[in-house]
Amino acid sequence: MHAEAAIGRTGLWFAVLIVSILVFMTAADSGFAAHAVIVGITAFALMAMSAARFDPLGKAQGFFKMPEGPSKYDDDVIRWGVIATMFWGMAGLLVGVFIASQLAFPQLNFEPYLNFGRVRPLHTSAVIFAFGGNALIATSFYVVQRTCRTQLAFPALARFVFWGYQMFIVLAATGYLLGITQSKEYAEPEWYVDLWLTIVWIAYGAVFIGTIIRRHEPHIYVANWFYLAFIVTIAMLHVVNNLAIPVSFVGSRSYSAFSGVQDALTQWWYGHNAVGFFLTAGFLAMMYYFVPKQAERPVYSYRLSIIHFWSLIFLYIWAGPHHLHYTALPDWAQTLGMVFSVMLWMPSWGGMINGLMTLNGAWDKVRTDPIIRMMVMALAFYGMSTFEGPMLSIKSVNSLSHYTDWTIGHVHSGALGWNGMITFACMYYLVPRLWKRERMYSLRMINWHFWLATIGIVFYAASMWVAGVTQGLMWREYGADGYLVNSFADTVAALHPMYLMRAFGGLLYLSGAAIMSFNVWMTLAGRLREEAPMSDAPYDPQADHPIVQSAATAVPAE
Amino acid sequence: MSMTERHKKLERNITLLSVATFVAVAIGGLVEIAPLFWIDNTIEEVEGMRPYTPLEQAGRDIYIREGCYSCHSQMVRPFRDEVERYGHYSLAAESMYDHPFQWGSKRTGPDLARVGGRYSDEWHVQHLENPQSVVPESVMPQYGFLLESELEVHDPAANLVALRRVGVPYSDRDIAQAREDMILQANPDAGGDVDEFLSRYPKAQVRDFDGQPQQLTEMDALVAYLQMLGTLVDFGSAAAQEELAEETGR
Repeated sequence: MHAEAAIGRTGLWFAVLIVSILVFMTAADSGFAAHAVIVGITAFALMAMSAARFDPLGKAQGFFKMPEGPSKYDDDVIRWGVIATMFWGMAGLLVGVFIASQLAFPQLNFEPYLNFGRVRPLHTSAVIFAFGGNALIATSFYVVQRTCRTQLAFPALARFVFWGYQMFIVLAATGYLLGITQSKEYAEPEWYVDLWLTIVWIAYGAVFIGTIIRRHEPHIYVANWFYLAFIVTIAMLHVVNNLAIPVSFVGSRSYSAFSGVQDALTQWWYGHNAVGFFLTAGFLAMMYYFVPKQAERPVYSYRLSIIHFWSLIFLYIWAGPHHLHYTALPDWAQTLGMVFSVMLWMPSWGGMINGLMTLNGAWDKVRTDPIIRMMVMALAFYGMSTFEGPMLSIKSVNSLSHYTDWTIGHVHSGALGWNGMITFACMYYLVPRLWKRERMYSLRMINWHFWLATIGIVFYAASMWVAGVTQGLMWREYGADGYLVNSFADTVAALHPMYLMRAFGGLLYLSGAAIMSFNVWMTLAGRLREEAPMSDAPYDPQADHPIVQSAATAVPAE
Repeated sequence: MSMTERHKKLERNITLLSVATFVAVAIGGLVEIAPLFWIDNTIEEVEGMRPYTPLEQAGRDIYIREGCYSCHSQMVRPFRDEVERYGHYSLAAESMYDHPFQWGSKRTGPDLARVGGRYSDEWHVQHLENPQSVVPESVMPQYGFLLESELEVHDPAANLVALRRVGVPYSDRDIAQAREDMILQANPDAGGDVDEFLSRYPKAQVRDFDGQPQQLTEMDALVAYLQMLGTLVDFGSAAAQEELAEETGR
């Protein structure tokens, strides 16, 4: 690092430190002050390290055994993305098991910071935005470079995207525990954190599109269409849904620009398309690169990918009102949302078919390659949840399922089955390549991970289906006397066994991820586990010989 | 030219591809959301709706802070069982001053749209302190700390100003009086013109809510908010029935 650059950086961090101290002193509420302290401590640490010419990243790269020297592509930030994905994945799943246990055993609530209401958004944001978001950023940087045959357009900006995104996660997560939330599901962070994410997201778009602009391939590969749609749409959704007026520029609270029915539809337009574009389009992009790579087969149908891309992104946006069936939202909007949700079934299955059929001619790998098996299971769960979704969006089904745990089960068969499994598979693909290892430390551990995760999802989804249908039916049950049979408390008590099974399923899923963390760690360390291969047919050289018989006992041929 | 040939134009030009993508994803939202702002009968006209008092708004902010919406909806659907369990189905007008809305998406606990007046203040305080002591089957967390936390609102007037900027019709007097109103509603004995307050906020409930008259706590604010939920519109009145009878195809 040159001296001028070091002084410049020290000055920059010093300025940030001063601003955060000023904000801390004038803050209107304790939550905002706490966030000023977090920013201030970060700035102070970076300032001290810049001044001492200490390079924490270099040290940490040694800790994580990242390969040294220049690589052909800008893989440095992707390696960090893999580490962050693993870390936030474990954190998010752990918090998930914790809140699942709280619903079975309310004594596990510790007021005020660890009450369910504050920890639940921590879980959803950690798994969607921290785990999923880091996986998307890391894989998009990996895929766009490979498919464009060029390096990242703005390497420094790419680093800012990664570290800026981690800052967003830390501010959002600590904010929930401190009670800083605007209560819009999956868009809980307050105005200043939203502004910060907007800056990071624009930088992300610039790096991604900039890299496509300098591509050396004439065509933009299909995975990049999906990443592009994900980046563009999330920007639109994020900005519109978070429009709000802050009470004070040194306070955390803001009030949404919309109210009541308009606010509700704006929120679920956002909420459903966070699923549609963050958890679907982005992850389909991962599927379109990594499934053909791992299967060593071309994508099944180019024509199908065109049709399903455009119909998916066009139809998804309309589906939001199905979250508001039978509410005070006007009927015409509800019906429109239902119709488009049912239509959405087809492009969703277009993606599944294109993924699964890519395995044509390579189906034997499902038996021999646990990574392929994970990808196939991910696509199978994608297909199941994109069938279940349109079904739940039909008004008469929704009248039973809405407000119950059926929705929770549906979300998790998509999130654990599709998003989780495809992410794990991509990470297993990436880690040996990014760290220049021969293979993962252990393929058999991947197999264990696969089965723990699959059985975990079965426990989770099945128990929540039963819980949802049970509760929905109990709520509407009438006795012969014409009165409601169950009090609300009765329905809560009835769910206890299902909540226990759900927590158990979550625990299985978490333990699979823990095995993965160990496997990744050992791969980083450069170790290869000696184990029997997954696929070989047994061969016994002792038995491999013609039968030699003495003449006396020989049976004559007849 | 076949579809795949024509598509090659798009997939060789990042600007075209980006613009086409943006157009494709913008249409649905425009068609569904924008009309809600100008179609008149989206929000029916009913008597009785008024903005929240500063104390109720403070309680609402605590309700949001604690993530109550994770488990409680505020939206009664027009089904026989829901109407019998919770009361008249919710109207769009009833959340017209809700920035943000609190309709919720999950009922781990019951709907709260009409919980106001259903239970006594003492019940609410005890239930929030220790839910299992009044409902043994409950899985709700405990909120006893609200009783010990002073209600700290940095600037109640600023909250109202921000809400006025997004369209809530607070008067200048409401804003000037915000802090006094907040204190008055939870402690009418400390002095202040209750009648004048009630003329600006009809049907507001003025009393000590948390059983600690000498202190203004977060419990006061939250219980004040819970006790007013669903109480503003009088569904029994002839005018309301007439208006609702004409509701078709909203």
